[in-house]
Amino acid sequence: MEKKQKILFYGYGNIGRQDDGVGVVFSEQLSKWVEDNNLQNIDFDSNYQLNIEDAENIKNYDIVFFVDASTKESVNNFDISSIEPNSDVSFTMHAVSPGFILNICSEIGEHQPKSFLVQIKGYEWEFQQPLTAKTENNLQKTLIFFKKYLKKLLIEKKIEEIDLKSLLKIKND
Amino acid sequence: MGKKITIEPVTRVEGHGKVTIHLDNDNNFERSRLHIVEFRGFEKFIQGRPYWEAPVTVQRLCGICPVSHHLAAAKAMDVIVGAGTGDGLTPTGEKMRRLMHYGQVFQSHVLHFFHLASPDLLFGIDGDPAIRNVIGIAKMHKDLAVQAVMMRKYGQEIIKVTAGKKIHGTGAIPGGINKHLSLKEKMSLLDGKDPMNADKMIEWSLGGLEFFKNFHKANKDLIDNFAAFPSKHLSLVRKDGALDLYHGVIRAIDADGKKILNDVDSQDYLEHIAEEVKSWSYMKFPYLRKYGPKDGWYRVGPLSRMNTAEFIPSPLAQKEFEIFKAYTNGKPNHSSMHYHWARLIEILHCAEMMKDLLNDPDLMEGELVTKGTKSYEGVGLLEAPRGTLFHHYRINKDDQITMANLIVSTTNNNMPMNLAVESATKQFISGQDKITEGMLNAVEVSIRAYDPCLSCATHAIGKLPLQVKLYDSKNNLIDKRTKD
Repeated sequence: MEKKQKILFYGYGNIGRQDDGVGVVFSEQLSKWVEDNNLQNIDFDSNYQLNIEDAENIKNYDIVFFVDASTKESVNNFDISSIEPNSDVSFTMHAVSPGFILNICSEIGEHQPKSFLVQIKGYEWEFQQPLTAKTENNLQKTLIFFKKYLKKLLIEKKIEEIDLKSLLKIKND
Repeated sequence: MGKKITIEPVTRVEGHGKVTIHLDNDNNFERSRLHIVEFRGFEKFIQGRPYWEAPVTVQRLCGICPVSHHLAAAKAMDVIVGAGTGDGLTPTGEKMRRLMHYGQVFQSHVLHFFHLASPDLLFGIDGDPAIRNVIGIAKMHKDLAVQAVMMRKYGQEIIKVTAGKKIHGTGAIPGGINKHLSLKEKMSLLDGKDPMNADKMIEWSLGGLEFFKNFHKANKDLIDNFAAFPSKHLSLVRKDGALDLYHGVIRAIDADGKKILNDVDSQDYLEHIAEEVKSWSYMKFPYLRKYGPKDGWYRVGPLSRMNTAEFIPSPLAQKEFEIFKAYTNGKPNHSSMHYHWARLIEILHCAEMMKDLLNDPDLMEGELVTKGTKSYEGVGLLEAPRGTLFHHYRINKDDQITMANLIVSTTNNNMPMNLAVESATKQFISGQDKITEGMLNAVEVSIRAYDPCLSCATHAIGKLPLQVKLYDSKNNLIDKRTKD
């Protein structure tokens, strides 16, 4: 069996539809920073949307961050929440949820990575590029947070202790 | 008291539609309609963009079948840059694109059959909706679920190595392709660690067919007669009559198998095909001009391709094709549920073709791009997973797109899907005192057989809960049910 990697960041959305693609841009930019800083055991992936085969991909990780754009009023800049497996079977494969992917992974992969949903606030969804200025600002705030968090994690070597509480504590500091 | 039933949205299809069913005072069928409630705007949006952007830009239409739009637009742009219509590319250019396309059709068909359609077969059309879904498949038929996930993954990997990346691939460019296949890429897919190799994909494709054929044997009435109705069929075929998913001439047959559109050049499609608009749907209704809007409708997709083609140019799929054709004594097959059978034969064909192409040295070396004399109009057609896909563009002297016309595969099946709904309603709902969830699912099954991508057909995004509403003959709401 393939050796498990530690952390996966999975950004998804349509980069051709303005802020919808912020998760993908996040993944690209954090990936470059991780490479420049030679950090190990952190992988990146991205796609238009979540697909059923992602259940097979995430089984190789201990921790997965799904990164998506959000229209929710309650999201201020960006938000992080835990994901639990769910049976929310969507009526279309255009809108598969991270909890659904986690459920499939649990069923067929017999492994359930600790998973979080990172939602970055978006505003416009037309057939255009690039991100709006407001979402770009939210993206940078999210990147600053994760750079700070990953450095701290890797220095302290406490990856196993990642949980929502520790993530939110740093976010709110 | 007469009734009106609304199913909104239809589930386990790609996109969003609703069905309304009108019953008379005795609960007998009066009429039904499949409404497509998303608005299309992409053809307008792309106007003013430089033509060379089109193959990348049009992928924004859909996250399910971006490769089909990528390749159809590239084929249209081949004409504009003077590279010919499909057979004018270099061997490397054409074969890399074909490999990309087979990967796309393979993974799309796998998703549809194993994840969207098989729950209805394995748990029954009226099975418990709590388990009649892909989670239920994963729980109770784990081997099948794992196979399907790995087949999807294999198809996606093929796309990645040919299109360059998973999102907004850039592989196909006007006149050809922008990369070769590396030895590492080739070996990882041809002879990769089990199960990610070409032979395993063929083996599993054969297994999928056996699964369907066994189910068919035990459920002949459902598979043969559910939502079955005679129709015309249309697809591309290779000039010698072979099934060809990437390029060919347009062929249509009537319900008896007689050729009624006899191998027409794709550039001339507008002389033969028109579209009608109806007030109750954003999706147009294509038809063959010579028969008019009322009688000129036709079906497309895997079933139609089995009906129009004379043979399949890969040995294992050809053997299955012969069994398929023999089942209707060589006559056209009109059973909606046989779309699944045809889809599984195409999965096998794609698996065989991918293996052949991965072994082809032309993918690793040779000229990538063909150049020629520029023109200002181009049409690109291919057989997308769901059927014939039309892309048509005109450009101005500044290289900007001035006109785009897209007839998406699902749009071609608009009238057939409406007739399938009518057929399923008559069979399962008409005359019944009580309407159950299973009866409503039967209507959805009839649409699902066509694997419609409604977002793609209307070029929009959105999300709705499922609502079923019953009205009396005076339009008073008398019952309501919601699926989350």
